[in-house]
Amino acid sequence: MNDLDCSEFVELVTAFLDDALDADGKRRFVDHLALCEGCTRYLHQFRQTIRALGDLPVEQLPPEARDTLLAAFRDPRG
Amino acid sequence: MQPFPPDDVLVARLRERDEAAFVMLLDAWSDGLLRLARSFVSTTDSAAEVVQDTWLAVIQGIEKFEGRSSLKTWVYRILVNTAKRRGGREARTVPWSSLLPTPEDEGPTVDPARFGGPGDPYPGHWREFPAPWPSPEQQALAGEIRAQVGTALAQLPERQRVVIMLRDVEGYGSDEVSSILDISAANQRVLLHRARAFVRGRLEEYYAAVGQHVESATEVTS
Repeated sequence: MNDLDCSEFVELVTAFLDDALDADGKRRFVDHLALCEGCTRYLHQFRQTIRALGDLPVEQLPPEARDTLLAAFRDPRG
Repeated sequence: MQPFPPDDVLVARLRERDEAAFVMLLDAWSDGLLRLARSFVSTTDSAAEVVQDTWLAVIQGIEKFEGRSSLKTWVYRILVNTAKRRGGREARTVPWSSLLPTPEDEGPTVDPARFGGPGDPYPGHWREFPAPWPSPEQQALAGEIRAQVGTALAQLPERQRVVIMLRDVEGYGSDEVSSILDISAANQRVLLHRARAFVRGRLEEYYAAVGQHVESATEVTS
């Protein structure tokens, strides 16, 4: 008997996604996933969360700052 | 966009004061630097100043770059150090050492009450499965989701926020983040996992609230 509990599974998701589990840990993780709808959903929502994070809007450097930096690059002592 | 030249070529061009090379880096990296700077300081204006100070330090320090990390990692490290000094003056930051996980970063990331206890029929298993979320195709929610994620990020402890910003918002790998922040891969993973679980929890609460709202609206109209 080496099935993971759901409460253990949820703590391993990032390690699994980083491919940082050892062979045995990975097998237990995947075996549990195959049998547990709740954890399948949890993993899916974790991935959706990561996607949402990657989707955040970009802020931009103000043009004046860019101009100042270009001037500084041309003349580092100025 | 043109593929980036390798680091040694870029560094040589910067040392020769090749403005085109500097502009290329400035335009490619400033947005990411600005977002990361926002993890450390309280206003967009301060963050822009941190990015500006970072580039000034790069201009001054490029002669000293030894190539022991990638150029980009080196620039990001300068940003982290600049932001921390700045944040210290603004009294919103913590010492460098506290980018390490603390005891409060250990422990369950999901409320233990959601799993069966020792006396239950399925100890350690979900009492109730997490509720399903709307599919990402339902774009009507996209703006609101971004706002929720932004709010959740702001509520994280700095050490977790910096890691999740680099990993998930900026898309760096585990090795690069460990190198930029000078923490072990295992430690950055502890912080990342806790931060992700927190953001997931916030989205779960949001979807639950929206779901209830939709249901009650349906009741009213039916």
